[in-house]
Amino acid sequence: MPDVRPQDRRPVPFRGGGFRPHPLPWAGPAVFLVLLAVWEGAARAGLVSPLVLPAPSAAAAALWSLVESGRLWLHLSASLQRLVIGWTLGTAAGIGLGLCIGLFSLARAGLGPVVAALFPIPKIALLPLFIIWFGIGEGSKVATLFFGALFPTIIATAGGVDSVDRTLIRMGQSFGLPWRDVVLKIVLPGALPAILSGARISASIAIILLVAAEMIGAEYGVGAYILLAGNMMATDQLIAGVALLSVMGLTVAFLIGRAERWLLRWRG
Amino acid sequence: MNLSIEGVSHVYGRTTALDDITLTVESGRVLCLIGPSGCGKSTLLRLIGGLERPSAGSVLQEGAPPPGCLNPLTYVFQDFALLPWRTVAGNVALALEHHRLGRAERAEIIADVLARTKLADFRDAFPRQLSGGMKQRVAIARALAVRPAVMLMDEPLSALDGQTRELLMDDLVSLWERERFTAVYVTHNLAEAVRLGHTIVVLSRRPGRVHATLTIDRPLADRQPGDADLEQHVAHLWDLMRAEAEAADREVLDA
Repeated sequence: MPDVRPQDRRPVPFRGGGFRPHPLPWAGPAVFLVLLAVWEGAARAGLVSPLVLPAPSAAAAALWSLVESGRLWLHLSASLQRLVIGWTLGTAAGIGLGLCIGLFSLARAGLGPVVAALFPIPKIALLPLFIIWFGIGEGSKVATLFFGALFPTIIATAGGVDSVDRTLIRMGQSFGLPWRDVVLKIVLPGALPAILSGARISASIAIILLVAAEMIGAEYGVGAYILLAGNMMATDQLIAGVALLSVMGLTVAFLIGRAERWLLRWRG
Repeated sequence: MNLSIEGVSHVYGRTTALDDITLTVESGRVLCLIGPSGCGKSTLLRLIGGLERPSAGSVLQEGAPPPGCLNPLTYVFQDFALLPWRTVAGNVALALEHHRLGRAERAEIIADVLARTKLADFRDAFPRQLSGGMKQRVAIARALAVRPAVMLMDEPLSALDGQTRELLMDDLVSLWERERFTAVYVTHNLAEAVRLGHTIVVLSRRPGRVHATLTIDRPLADRQPGDADLEQHVAHLWDLMRAEAEAADREVLDA
C-alpha cells in the first residue's frame, strides 16, 4: 500500500440526516398563544373595529355570559343529541351494509352502484326533502346526519372487508370455523382499522352537516346560535360559537383516537 | 387414517395446474412434496385438505380419524396465518372455541400444546412481538391442539431465516419422534425434504405430474445435516429437478 500524506486523509463527508420529524411539544401552544396575543393587541390598539373582529377577550366574555345564563347547555345539548343519535345510527347502519357489500356478491353488485351514486350528494341538499318527510323538528336533522355518516362508513367498511388477509380466512375455514365465526372473529376485527378511519371521516362530515342543518331551521343548537349572532352583528358571540365548534370537533377526534388506541392495541 | 389421492387433476381457467396425480399418504409417516416453483404443490395441498375442489379425481379418507380428533386435516401455513389481534393463547383457542369443550378442558389443551412447543412463557404475547420461528411454533401448537389425523404443511419453514429453519427442523423431528404424526409436507428445499420425509414425491413442472417417488428408510432421528447418504439423495433429487427448475425459472407468468 502506497504511503498517504497525512494532509490527504480526510473524514468521509456526512450526507445523511434530516427527513425525520421529532416532537417539539412547546411549539404548538406557543404559536397558538402568539396568534391570540397579536389578535388581542391589534383589537386593543384599535387596528381592527370590534364589530369586524372582536378581541379574543370579548369573545371569551360572550362565552362566559352564555355559560352564566345557562343557555350554553341548552344549545350544546341540542347539538350533541342530534350529533350522537344521527352519527351513531348512520355508523351502525353503514357498518352493517358495508359488511353485506363486502361479504355477498349480490349486495356488492346490487348496492355498489347505488352507494356510488348517492355518496357524492351533499346531504344538506336533501334537508328540504327531509323536512317534508320528517317534519321541521329533530327528525329531519337526525336524518341528514344519518345519511351523512352512512355512506362514508359503508365505503370504509366494504373496503376494510376486502383488505382482510384471505389466508386468515382460509385458515379459519381449514380449522372448520362456522361461517358466523369466520365473520365475527376474522373478517370484522380485520376490517376494524378501516372502519375506525371511516368513523373519523364520518364524524367530521356529521359536524359540518349538524351546523348547516341547525342554521337552516332550529331554535337551539350551536349552529342556530352562530346564525342568530351573525344576524344581530354580535360578532363576539359569533366567535364564541365558532370556538365552541372547534372544541366539539377536537373532543370527537380525541374520543375516536382513544377508541382506536384501545380497539387496535394489538398493533402496538 | 390414510389418505388416498386418486387421479386428481386441477385446471385454472385454461392452465392445467395438476394432471392425474395418484398418491397415498400413509398413517404415521411424513410425505414430502417437492417440485419447481409453480408446479402446483400448494394447489395439491389445498385439494387434499378440502380448501379447493379438484377438477377431476378424488381425495379419499380411508378409515376413521383417531378418537378425540377435532379437525382431521389441519394446515400449517407458510406465512403462519396467525390473527394479529389475538395473543398466542388466543390464537390456539380460535381452533377450539367452536367445538363443544368445557372451559377447563379447553384451557388444559391450550396449556398442553403450548408446553409441547415450548411456548408456555409466551402465552399472552401478541404475534407482532414474536420472531418468525416463534410465530411458526404458535401455528404448530394451534395445529396440534385439534389433534389432527394428518398435518398439511405448506412450506412451513420457507419464511424463516436459515438458522431458525435448522432449529425448527430439529423441533419438528423430535415432535414427530414423540407423536408419530402423519404429514404432507410441501417444500422446495431439498435438504428439508431429505431430513423430514419418509417418502419424497417429486412433481414435474406445470402441469404437475408425479415425476418420481423416493423412499428414505433411515429413521428421522438418525438423520443429520451433512450425512453422506442424505447428500446423495439431495444430489439425485436435484438431478431430477434441475432441467425443470431452470425451465420454470425462465417461464413468463401469464397472470
